[in-house]
Amino acid sequence: MNITPDQIVYLRYGPFTLNATILMTWLVMAVLVLASWLITRNMKPDAPVTGKQGMLEMVVLMINGQIEELGLKKPAHYISLIGTLFLFILISNLSVVFPGYRPPTGSLSTTAALAICVFLAVPVYNIASIGLKKYLKSYAKPNPVMIPFNIIGEVSRTLSLSFRLFGNIMSGEMIASILLTLTPFFFPVVMNLFGILTGTIQAYIFAVLAAVYIAAAGTSSSNNQDF
Amino acid sequence: MDPLSSIAIASIVTAGITTGIGVIAPSLGEGRAVAAALNSIAQQPDASSNISRTLFVGLAMIESSGIYCFVISMILIFANPFWNHFISG
Repeated sequence: MNITPDQIVYLRYGPFTLNATILMTWLVMAVLVLASWLITRNMKPDAPVTGKQGMLEMVVLMINGQIEELGLKKPAHYISLIGTLFLFILISNLSVVFPGYRPPTGSLSTTAALAICVFLAVPVYNIASIGLKKYLKSYAKPNPVMIPFNIIGEVSRTLSLSFRLFGNIMSGEMIASILLTLTPFFFPVVMNLFGILTGTIQAYIFAVLAAVYIAAAGTSSSNNQDF
Repeated sequence: MDPLSSIAIASIVTAGITTGIGVIAPSLGEGRAVAAALNSIAQQPDASSNISRTLFVGLAMIESSGIYCFVISMILIFANPFWNHFISG
């Protein structure tokens, strides 16, 4: 039994190995890009909205609305990061319905990479919106004694972000495969259905937490200005 | 006893204890969270969509501490670093 899809190696060429994580990640990326390209390639401003285009617009509007509710005022600014994270994790978690597929989010490498993206995005977005000086000041927010704790918090929440997604998806797979050896017919299906629910919620939570982390560094300083 | 079997015994026992004890607190916490959410939905059915959205986020965050324990026991059983060290060495 493999704990991560990293251990399934298809090709080995010198220092490069093609394992299931990389292959499935690229498959999910290809599906997302191809679907978006196919739907939006014949778009005209005055043509009536087709069904597929309407579906895509609904998704984008929903993500926009959620980002705005979390306190980020200009959602168009942030949707390129948060929306991409949400859609990528959602599609890679939901594709477990296809046989032979291993979710790339069940590997710690993928989730750590996504969490590091969030870790880097927080200073980038906040320096762009409130400036370097104010952003650095937000580390000394209640008082300067808290600087080391704020830095530790920044690192530990990145760790917990990656471990949460990895643990949830990996445990779903693991429980399904353990149950497959014990009660082969009915219960694995139920647990897989539960895994689909968990995967959707985890994708939502990853995106929401990314948005909250980006919003938290910026709004704490602007709130202090208002009051 | 040779080191491999003592590592195996320690890993298996610790894996069971880790998940067994580590799941108690998150499940108690989740129970309290769901009970509070049900109470507030019963009092204010209009706000149920908002409450359940927040509930799901909160549940997943509470659950993650249980998940950490599960990850550690899975690592102990299926990807034990000490075991691999002694097998190769």
